[in-house]
Amino acid sequence: MRAPDGNVRAAYARLAQWLDNTPPELLARKRHEADVLFRRLGITFAVYGEGGDTERLIPFDVIPRVLTAPEWDALSEGLVQRVKALNAFLYDVYHGREIVRAGKIPAELIDGNEQYRPEMIGVEVPGRIYTHIAGIDVVRVSADQFYVLEDNVRTPSGVSYMLENREAMMRLFPELFARNRVQPVGHYPDELLKSLRSLPPQSAADKDEPTVVVMTPGAYNSAYFEHVFLAEQMGVELVEGQDMFVEDDKVYMRTVAGPRRVDVIYRRLDDAFLDPAAFRPDSALGVKGLFEAYRKGNVTLANAVGTGVADDKSVYPFVPDMVRFYLGEEPKLANVPTYSLRKPDDLKYTLEHLPELVVKEVHGSGGYGMLVGPKSTTAEIEAFRQRIIAKPEHYIAQPTLALSTCPTFVEEGVAPRHLDLRPYLLVGKDVKLVPGGLTRVALRKGSLVVNSSQGGGTKDTWVLER
Amino acid sequence: MAMLSRAADQLYWMARYMERAENMARILDVSYRMSLSSTDGDSEHLQWGPALVVAGCEGPFKQTGRPTDARNVVEYLALDPANPSSIRNSLGAARENARAMRTQITTEMWESLNATWLEIRNLDYEKLEAMGTRAFFDWVKERSHLFRGVTYGTMPRDAAYRFARIGTFLERGDSTARLLDVKYHVLLPTARDVGGAVDYYQWGALLRSVSAFQAYRRVYRDVIKPRRVAELLILRADMPRSIAASLGELTGLLDEVREQFGRNYRSAGLAHTIHDRIRFAKIDEVFEFGLHEFLTDIVDSNMAIGKAIAEDFGLPY
Repeated sequence: MRAPDGNVRAAYARLAQWLDNTPPELLARKRHEADVLFRRLGITFAVYGEGGDTERLIPFDVIPRVLTAPEWDALSEGLVQRVKALNAFLYDVYHGREIVRAGKIPAELIDGNEQYRPEMIGVEVPGRIYTHIAGIDVVRVSADQFYVLEDNVRTPSGVSYMLENREAMMRLFPELFARNRVQPVGHYPDELLKSLRSLPPQSAADKDEPTVVVMTPGAYNSAYFEHVFLAEQMGVELVEGQDMFVEDDKVYMRTVAGPRRVDVIYRRLDDAFLDPAAFRPDSALGVKGLFEAYRKGNVTLANAVGTGVADDKSVYPFVPDMVRFYLGEEPKLANVPTYSLRKPDDLKYTLEHLPELVVKEVHGSGGYGMLVGPKSTTAEIEAFRQRIIAKPEHYIAQPTLALSTCPTFVEEGVAPRHLDLRPYLLVGKDVKLVPGGLTRVALRKGSLVVNSSQGGGTKDTWVLER
Repeated sequence: MAMLSRAADQLYWMARYMERAENMARILDVSYRMSLSSTDGDSEHLQWGPALVVAGCEGPFKQTGRPTDARNVVEYLALDPANPSSIRNSLGAARENARAMRTQITTEMWESLNATWLEIRNLDYEKLEAMGTRAFFDWVKERSHLFRGVTYGTMPRDAAYRFARIGTFLERGDSTARLLDVKYHVLLPTARDVGGAVDYYQWGALLRSVSAFQAYRRVYRDVIKPRRVAELLILRADMPRSIAASLGELTGLLDEVREQFGRNYRSAGLAHTIHDRIRFAKIDEVFEFGLHEFLTDIVDSNMAIGKAIAEDFGLPY
């Protein structure tokens, strides 16, 4: 909220005033109301394997995070540029591999990647779009600089929280919206539907209104609430694998009025589970023959198969080069300086500076399997050192950043907490994004980890009108 | 938009489970009422045993080895997570089915089912007692009334609505048939009881359990006679929980589905056949045929309709 000189940033001027005049009891009461609201609506995420209640609320913080329009515009230009480069890269990976031949990216980063799908070589996907829905995590490190933490181009989740957080804030604090002109985000589902419809398969019967469905692994998936939410908001069917079948390389869903052709599948499960005939044979969640139908151009999958090769942490350091290579532009959005431990020099530096660095597993997600040097004991650091030495290519390292903070209502009252931001990009015929995204906040004092599985919470994200 | 077969199945079960929870509460309420008006110091076993029979839970309850008393029976039928037919589990199953198909129901329906589940999931017997046993049964009935009202008041009249209502009426017809059958053949009793005070209270309780006590008085202006109770609950189309009324609703809904999809379904034909049998029956014929046999036919037919619905609409696959 504050600039380095301690002054309140322009974006927060009104909010800071409001905070000064709002007693903590009111915030506590509003937070409680928010909890009741979220639980009643069933806005929960599932946590398994820890016993106890499997349906948990992600803690919601009632104090919003605010960006001005110019700040947002600059950020979104960088995001659009980045997602275009990622799509160009994915096309290239499964076609000519010019970027490898140009010596910009080592081939083994592609071929050795678990998410690389050789089955996709030569497959033409509609509009050459691979990642239709992308969530790019950024952190703010100074007044005019955001860093990209990671790209999520497979099945990024969390957008329902962006929408529900806004709904909750408008219910809890209507007066704040009267005083602050906040750009709306509620049209996201419309944009999503438009975007999905803009890339029908060649054989769709009605190219203007192809039949779109949301495909979920089922009610026990941790993001099930979101799958329901998006299907409902778009007014399309929410299907499981068992609801569909493939005949003559075309996909149908089983309805009470008989089979009905499916054109575009917004799928919320991993490649490996999509089709037992093509990928994991033990998958009960997929549809047999789906991949062949896809390869033949009879159905659009969003996101495409094999996109994970672009959001791997080992590929991440190369994204700025992709922007230069495919778009001929300088990246508008920088990466966090990253040490690739497969490189001997970087490995050496990292091992010498472990207490200052954050080390992440290349394939990890969810904040497990990482070392936050400044927050770790000597013993933890030494244990992690051994893991790095055993398999350096599995890790990358980054400096700990001076992440921005935002006032957050925690046990001891209103206090600054670190946060990140995940804006969502929709790629159809063109790239769209709604102003805002999901702000995640580390609720523990000093913590930099914002993942919901690690004690993180969320906030409403405001982009102010011009 | 055509609806998924699985969605139809889940909506149907959502409504069935909710109705089942309500019927279980009604059964328990009657037993409770009867235990209060017990005339000759019946053992608790005699007061609470029938509830287990009506609920179809006699065998499994015996296996628990617990004595048949008020606390054990109420706990088993209302709250026991290990009893698949307990009110708690029915409410949970209704909610799980709704959760699996949230796109098909309105937010108000979901909120109502979810709130019900959140209230009962951690309820134990001590809390139930503190709340009041009767108050608990009333609460279950109210939650069911609320759910039905919200369904009726908020759902578009499309296939989803019809499948939910089909579940409600299939379950209700089934429950009323079982209730009546058990009353007649299990509760009834030694010759000494027939026509006696116990008998009066039991038939009276049965009427109350389907909210038909006042209606009986209004329709017949007579003392409670088993044959008339049977007529009211089997043949009277104007009694909302009667078998005739349930089948009437069911055939109407299946006809609407038939019209919507422009197809002929075996389930609709079957329901019509059975409905006609009830519509044109006289209570004396029913007793001549044998009440138990007649009710068994109804229960079997309900099951056959359920099966035909599953086949007609591709559920479950």
